[in-house]
Amino acid sequence: MNGLPGTSAIQARDLCKAYAGMEAVRGVSFDVAPGEVVGFLGPNGAGKTTTVRMISCFLPPTSGTATVYGVDVRTSPREVKRMLGVCPQEDNLDPDFDVLKNLLAYGRYFGIPGREIRERAERLLDFVQLADRKKSGVQELSGGMKRRLVLARALLNEPRILILDEPTTGLDPQARHAIWTRVRSLRATGVTVLLTTHYMEEAAQLCDRVVVIDNGKILMQGAPADLVRREVGSTVVEAWNFDRAFADFLGALPGRLEEVGDRLYYYPGAEDHVERLLDERFPHQERLIRRATLEDVFLKLTGRALRD
Amino acid sequence: MRATLRNLSLRSLRVWQRDADVYFTTWKTEFLPPLLEPILYVLAFGLGLGQLIRHVEYGGRTLGYLEFMAPGIVAVAIMFWAFFESTFSSYVRMYYQKTFDAILATPLLVEDVILGELLWATSKSVIAATIMLGVLTALGLVAWPTGLWVVPIAFFGGLLFSAIGLLFTSMVKTISQFNVPMFTIIMPMFTFGGTFFPIDILPRWALTVAWCLPLTHVAFLTRSAILGFASPHLWVSAVYVVAASLVLAAWALARMKRRLVP
Repeated sequence: MNGLPGTSAIQARDLCKAYAGMEAVRGVSFDVAPGEVVGFLGPNGAGKTTTVRMISCFLPPTSGTATVYGVDVRTSPREVKRMLGVCPQEDNLDPDFDVLKNLLAYGRYFGIPGREIRERAERLLDFVQLADRKKSGVQELSGGMKRRLVLARALLNEPRILILDEPTTGLDPQARHAIWTRVRSLRATGVTVLLTTHYMEEAAQLCDRVVVIDNGKILMQGAPADLVRREVGSTVVEAWNFDRAFADFLGALPGRLEEVGDRLYYYPGAEDHVERLLDERFPHQERLIRRATLEDVFLKLTGRALRD
Repeated sequence: MRATLRNLSLRSLRVWQRDADVYFTTWKTEFLPPLLEPILYVLAFGLGLGQLIRHVEYGGRTLGYLEFMAPGIVAVAIMFWAFFESTFSSYVRMYYQKTFDAILATPLLVEDVILGELLWATSKSVIAATIMLGVLTALGLVAWPTGLWVVPIAFFGGLLFSAIGLLFTSMVKTISQFNVPMFTIIMPMFTFGGTFFPIDILPRWALTVAWCLPLTHVAFLTRSAILGFASPHLWVSAVYVVAASLVLAAWALARMKRRLVP
């Protein structure tokens, strides 16, 4: 349809955005392959949303280029937006319309013929389990239902790329899993997904690749499991109610030690026998040995300072 | 500015259609104000004030006060409906409901959204003026067929006042700041724009000021149409209203675009 075979779904080069007196994005370059699910991971204010909004033609980049299936976001925004399905961070469903009418009105903006919109709307409401709420007002919906409706709305134009900006923030676990299940089933149909999140579990659950971003720059990217292995190893020791002798002992071992308040984090790197060692030397020390996660990578890369 | 005008497209009608859909789903209540307003005015002014002011000299003729005043309320409605829609209502859609944000994720551009809003606010003036024209006709206060001119007058007048409204929508930080243009621009026009009394009784300086106000021209055109008066000055007012509406609309587009796209 657009672009050549083998073209990136999304290609960004040196994207910068300065507004409201600050540089929100400072030279971001990345590629998303067709069918790939890529997650932008970063603390609040890192520049994730600004980047995504430049790709989806809401914000013109201050400098740099971005293309969607080879089409420039700057020169052909209508064509780009036709290929995208966008779930924004803030719910912007139309409160003046009921559930079904929200989809029907939205389909018109794409110029989809009325009958076709109606068919797709019915199918999508089934997909997000809102078929029995067609006539409900948007205000009557729960947070999870609203998010599902936003997802259905984003799929109305049968997008090649789905953009999810913090799709599950503020949802309860059931609602969150409901969204995840649907995103996974879309991925199985070959839809490319770009999502932003600060939930590590979400990134690990959904993404083929994560891009860690902070202060407007990309810090690192890779498959979630590779990143964890490369950056923090396989296990983490967490200890509390410890004394100096224990801390010094860990500090002398190879690996990385971090003391945060009343808690000690030890990342043994390649050490496999650390558990046996601790059992022998400090059998009564309160501790937990767990698998390293993306969250450990995230905190290592972006630090522990509060962001807002 | 040139890029802004080049991006204008018929897709803005999709935005117009969205606003119209909301309006027409509740048309029974929406139609009530323009139906009742002229009746109320006619009752109050006809039964009350009309007893005090029996006759008004206007355009070389002697008119009953009601006859003189009725076109004025149509002109005021043209101003109010467009201004309120493009300020308070547009602001609610833009700021609270994030309606524009949702639309901007589709192939529509920001220019389409702004033009759609302008056209919808203009339509509200046209709808209100048309309904009022019907009511005044039923009361025997309209000369036909010249009364029909009210429709194009309401279109350009509506566009003019929605552009003024949207200019303020592009500037305000909170919704309560609309009180500023409301009481410094709209209310002075409401009172001094040739709506309730013939402005030629004003002192010279005030008369000059009055003729600078857009509503004065809209009221003059509306009154001439409804009363069936002809005057060579009509051309001046027609050119003023059409030119001002187009220039202000272009300016409002540019300002709103700057607000919506940082």
